[in-house]
Amino acid sequence: MTSKEKNTYLVGIFDDEDVLIPAVKKIRAKGVNIHEVYTPYPVHDLDVYLGYRRSRLSKAAFLFGATGTFLAILMQTYMLGFAWPMVIGGKDYVTYPDFVPVTFELTVLLAALGMVATFLISNNLGPGKQATMFDPRSTDDKFVMAIDLGANSKFTKEELESILTEYGVSEKPKEKEV
Amino acid sequence: MAAGHKISIADEKMQYEFTSSLKKKLMIAFGVGVALLILGMIFSAMGGGAEHGAAEHAAAAAEGHHGPEYHWTKRLWANLWLCCVYFTGISLAGVFFVSVNYVAWAGWSALIKRIPEAFGNFLPITGVLMFILFFVAGHDLFHWTHEGITDPNSEHFDRIIAGKAAYLNTPFFLARMVFYFAAWIGLFLFFRRLSAQEDAISDYNGYLKDPSVYNKRVYFSAVFLIVFAVTSSTSAWDWVMSIDTHWFSTMFGWYNFASWFVASLAVVTLTVIYLKEAGYLKAVNQHHLHDLGKFMFAFSIFWTYIWFSQFLLIYYAHIPEETYYFEPRLFGHYRGVFFLNIIINFAFPFLALMTKESKRTTILIKIAAFAILIGHYLDFYMMIMPGTVGDNAGFGLLEFGTLAMFVSAFIYTIANGLTKLPLIPKNDPFIKESLHFTQL
Repeated sequence: MTSKEKNTYLVGIFDDEDVLIPAVKKIRAKGVNIHEVYTPYPVHDLDVYLGYRRSRLSKAAFLFGATGTFLAILMQTYMLGFAWPMVIGGKDYVTYPDFVPVTFELTVLLAALGMVATFLISNNLGPGKQATMFDPRSTDDKFVMAIDLGANSKFTKEELESILTEYGVSEKPKEKEV
Repeated sequence: MAAGHKISIADEKMQYEFTSSLKKKLMIAFGVGVALLILGMIFSAMGGGAEHGAAEHAAAAAEGHHGPEYHWTKRLWANLWLCCVYFTGISLAGVFFVSVNYVAWAGWSALIKRIPEAFGNFLPITGVLMFILFFVAGHDLFHWTHEGITDPNSEHFDRIIAGKAAYLNTPFFLARMVFYFAAWIGLFLFFRRLSAQEDAISDYNGYLKDPSVYNKRVYFSAVFLIVFAVTSSTSAWDWVMSIDTHWFSTMFGWYNFASWFVASLAVVTLTVIYLKEAGYLKAVNQHHLHDLGKFMFAFSIFWTYIWFSQFLLIYYAHIPEETYYFEPRLFGHYRGVFFLNIIINFAFPFLALMTKESKRTTILIKIAAFAILIGHYLDFYMMIMPGTVGDNAGFGLLEFGTLAMFVSAFIYTIANGLTKLPLIPKNDPFIKESLHFTQL
């Protein structure tokens, strides 16, 4: 996110996964746009209830891997076929079975590095990045739901507060600018 | 499906019913198999070998002093032996799969445990068949069984085989075979008895406090794993590797295990899907299917890893005494099967089962499982045929007839075995975990 403009969020704190999940379902059913939910541990199927699209990271991984396969074959064919031909084990210069281990390793390496890089870039993460913390207790034992007030202009702040309270937040929702 | 807190096995059909229509179908399939086999035998006996005359002499010349010349019965014995080895492996790996799940305290598989467990029922049948086959066709299948081959004064003396005689001799071979089947069948029957004992318990909550039968099962599953670790390797040497007596590979045990296990997983998956479609195992959902798909995917890759490691070292080192094994397979009569083997056992399952969605799509999983089953039949075909029938191998009535007989007999035995105990182990300590099993 490049814009320096700050958004105002309404932050609801939940104590329990079993309160959180019905709340997510019902709040979304009311038409409220939930910005994000932060949990101390991965909650099964929360992404489904939040309506997230499937991550495209695996597709990126496949493409990075395929690039690795292609580059590895290209590299070895060039090295052993053209740059420095060598007879190994009485075989031809370019023998593809010999290339399999290196091809495999480069496929894995490129897939792994590419995936990490894609993940960091697409999530706006990286060394020195200051994490957005709606409530630090989300790393301890609380479930934190952030609702972007700007993205929910059809509701007033008070309406959203009462919705959150109705579905079981454990303390009064507070506002936070990020 | 975290919302489904009320999943139970109350409305499950626990007792598998082996319908008479299925019985009839299997009988017909078996009959067709027998008919094809007899037709194949008649055709072969009437001179199917004539067209192979030239190849036969070439093969005999190439193999030098390799025993008597080709007769069509050799192909019949090799086929029967191939199916015996393949189906023994599938049955055994089923019991192995359940044992692994017990030792690992796996929760997800509790619902489907009884299915691979029942595979062991086929072991006695292949066991008896293999003994008969060895006595009838030992000389046709195993070069090392020939008279005088270890006798320095004989004209058939073979120094390499003589060096292996301490292990490869008929009494020890038979003793090992008795031990394998005795240990496998013994442990299998014991497991079935423990399962029956567990089902008989009426106080489930009391049993959870002291799951004595379960603990016993875990203990003996570990025993089975140790027995299996050794015997799966040695049986692969005995039954498959010793066909090419001069050749050896230290990876062969693993290689056969991988082939057996992935084929067995495919049969487990197909049986689970079949039972679900027939109205049993209602609680089995896409999450369980996903895990079975992952198993098939992973062990297809594992098989490839082992297969390729064996191939690459021999290919790279280029030592004649090792490379002669791959000569007929890679450049000779078996070239087509060789490449088909890699495509159908690696490339196809690798690409077809790669994504999460495909592992949850019943039809894709079915296709992949069938491909794996055909592929690993071809894999064993490629291990057994070149050393026995050489260039006279093919795919004809003999092959399809034998396969049809074995497949129908296997399904019949397994279906019959499934009726003996409830389909779902209702008292398994992990049954609730299995019912609520979800994964992303």
